[in-house]
Amino acid sequence: MAAASPDFRRRMTRRQWEGRAFHGLCLLAVAVALAMLVLLLVYLARQGLTRVSWEFITSFPSRDPDQAGIKAALLGSIYVVAIAAVVAFTLGVSAAIYLEEYAVRNWRSRIIQVNITNLAGVPSIVYGILGLEIFVRTLGLGRSVLAGGLTMALLVLPIIIIAAQEAIRAVPPSLREGAYALGATRWQAIWHLVLPQAMPGILTGVILAVSRALGETAPLIVMGALTFVPFAPDGPLSRFTVLPIQIFNWTSRPQAGFHEAAAAGIIVLLALLLTMNAAAIVLRNKFQRRPEG
Amino acid sequence: MQQSDAILQTRGLTVYYGSKQAVSDITLDVARHRITAIIGPSGCGKSTLLRCFNRMNDLIPKSRITGQVLFEGRDLYSPTVDPTEIRYQIGMVFQRPNPFPKSIFDNVAFGPRINGFRGDLAELVESSLARAALWAEVKDRLTSSALALSGGQQQRLCIARALAVQPQVILMDEPCSSLDPIATLAIEDLMRELSADYSIVIVTHNMQQAARVSDYTTFLMGIENRGGQIIEYGETRLIFTNPKDERTEAYITGRFG
Ligand SMILES: Nc1ncnc2c1ncn2[C@@H]1O[C@H](COP(=O)(O)OP(=O)(O)O)[C@@H](O)[C@H]1O
Ligand SMILES: [Mg+2]
Repeated sequence: MAAASPDFRRRMTRRQWEGRAFHGLCLLAVAVALAMLVLLLVYLARQGLTRVSWEFITSFPSRDPDQAGIKAALLGSIYVVAIAAVVAFTLGVSAAIYLEEYAVRNWRSRIIQVNITNLAGVPSIVYGILGLEIFVRTLGLGRSVLAGGLTMALLVLPIIIIAAQEAIRAVPPSLREGAYALGATRWQAIWHLVLPQAMPGILTGVILAVSRALGETAPLIVMGALTFVPFAPDGPLSRFTVLPIQIFNWTSRPQAGFHEAAAAGIIVLLALLLTMNAAAIVLRNKFQRRPEG
Repeated sequence: MQQSDAILQTRGLTVYYGSKQAVSDITLDVARHRITAIIGPSGCGKSTLLRCFNRMNDLIPKSRITGQVLFEGRDLYSPTVDPTEIRYQIGMVFQRPNPFPKSIFDNVAFGPRINGFRGDLAELVESSLARAALWAEVKDRLTSSALALSGGQQQRLCIARALAVQPQVILMDEPCSSLDPIATLAIEDLMRELSADYSIVIVTHNMQQAARVSDYTTFLMGIENRGGQIIEYGETRLIFTNPKDERTEAYITGRFG
């Protein structure tokens, strides 16, 4: 092999240095992001870990910082997210099926599509105002946990519709054709082939939606969730609060004890988020393994 | 060919995609319990014609037809005919094997299940796989994924899947074009066996294949912008030994297409 020219070797050295520099920059970016996360977690743990206990989880809020617990907000959050997830999943998947499998592609379906995409970017407080008008006032549900869940369902609906549409679109047309050629109706092809195939993608959308619904605060404040709730929701029309509102309420108090309670509340919120996502991921993996079954 | 010998007939069939003609004025009889091959250059409308026999073209939004397609003398495109019922009697095998992402058993059982089959499903699955010459290879792994099979096995599975709904006709659109020569021969042998009980229409651009397996051959060719038309139709051995039209001769001797 002929020796490389000095020019080539010089350029090669420079290229290698550039490569290393870029690699270093990327590493730095990851490190900064991770460091922030670790810092946050350490801070939270030092402030609040000692306050996290079974008692904290099973007690109602109190004027005494050391007695204050998170039960009402935790149950409120679980109810709101569960209602939102069930309603948005049902509506969202149905809408996606309609748009992908039934709707004729014309200017009307394109307008609908553009609107759905835009809805995903509407500020969440607007959904709060909408929920207040429709659910709280017009439908007369009051400032209830049901109205809160339905408002959240509206908020995450576009996320689920878009994820489900993409998942449905990714199912190869040859599978549908195979089903039709065996005498399947459109509904049978969707139910037996398209949906099971699209389910992992749809559940990814549900994970995103649940995370969003758990963290959102503004729309629920607008539609009138309470900040001090010394009782568990006892039915769909019960008044309620949710974790982020409770946490915000505690951080705005002067006593240090409430700040600890707030940190502990954030830890509970994160744990709940992880649990819900883990459940969705387990479900998704179950669907992805299906072919073997 | 006498009327009673033809299971499928087209009469002046023209298919449009939008305003474009894909095939025009096709009049053709498909013989019962025989293999009919449709050959012709790519894009001349072979698949389009085949997909009229089980109304799969209905699924393409801008397609429409004029003329008639008759199945056992009955107009397939009459408003009283339900296309899903037609597809139950006229099965189809596609160019690329398209097994469902399910177990081998569930693939074959799919058609009977959605059609509300009452009876011994396991028995039906076994006999369908046996007819498709696949039973011996898969009988010990019926519950494993169909996607793990080889291409040739997948295509035989798709044939078994079509057989399981007990159709009278099987339409095959270039069923061997993605298979290796050995798998191709296996499918061709299978077709010869199946032709005792089924009427088969096969689209192929492989002329040796048409010559090897079919009883009748239709040569289709696109003419200007009017889409594919029948240039010649007859017994396969006559078409290949003594073509009447010089375009047929040019095509089968490999001078174009
Ligand atoms: N879905 C469709 N929409 C519009 N045109 C189509 C469609 N499918 C096929 N065509 C056109 O119809 C003609 C015949 O196609 P096809 O039946 O697939 O031919 P072949 O199977 O002989 O290759 C081609 O010109 C093709 O471009
Ligand atoms: Mg074709």
